[in-house]
Amino acid sequence: MSDAGFSDRVAVDLEYERSQIERATDSILSAAEGQGFTKASRFAIRLAFEEAVTNAFHHGHANLPAQPIRVEYEVSNDAVWIAVEDRGKGFSPEAVPDPTLDENLSLPSGRGLMLIRTYMSEVQHNERGNRLEMLYKRPGA
Amino acid sequence: MASSESRLRITERNTVTCVEFIDRNILDEMNVQAISDEIGGLIDGADSPRMLISFANVDHLTSAALGALITIRNKVKGKEGELRLADIDPQIYEVFEITRLTGLFNIHDSTDDALNAFD
Repeated sequence: MSDAGFSDRVAVDLEYERSQIERATDSILSAAEGQGFTKASRFAIRLAFEEAVTNAFHHGHANLPAQPIRVEYEVSNDAVWIAVEDRGKGFSPEAVPDPTLDENLSLPSGRGLMLIRTYMSEVQHNERGNRLEMLYKRPGA
Repeated sequence: MASSESRLRITERNTVTCVEFIDRNILDEMNVQAISDEIGGLIDGADSPRMLISFANVDHLTSAALGALITIRNKVKGKEGELRLADIDPQIYEVFEITRLTGLFNIHDSTDDALNAFD
């Protein structure tokens, strides 16, 4: 994943509590706003972060409900980098069906990863599939 | 995280059940589930439900909310009812476009437009 001039990485463990998730979300978005990222950029970052955290708890920790996930992030003038890591056995991103195919349109789930890939500039999983790293580059940077 | 308080404002207009969200953000799964259950109850209680869901107050949603909307749409369709969406913020509309859900839902610019479109 490309280097975007980061300097201060923040790491936090999150339990499946809405207040903890919102605190982390607010911290990331406040830092992004402080660097001048627009409302549209913050919408994209928030959506991707919410989807990544939901996937980590819902899928990664389906059998580990009391375990925290690990969130790391860095915000620079040019980009926002976020990593979300769960303690599950991982998954294969390639195996997730395309939710935009006609036969999948009326299925109620399976859109989170696709939205992350659409809204973020770069997305990658580790080999085990339990850690997602994503980068949002400032448009035009 | 769950709340027994309704997160919806529900009114009847011209035999159409109009649903508005109280929260500006429809994000977390438990909240989405509660909303889905409440709207599902309204559909269950109608023979041929006519429902309008307004997003006038909504700034943000996630795929969990989209999933709930699809479940609601499938329920309404199963009862040969009619579901229309309205007042969707442009950024949220883009999420519907990206996921191709603009082809699954009847979406209108305003509540009045949607009400006029009911059979």
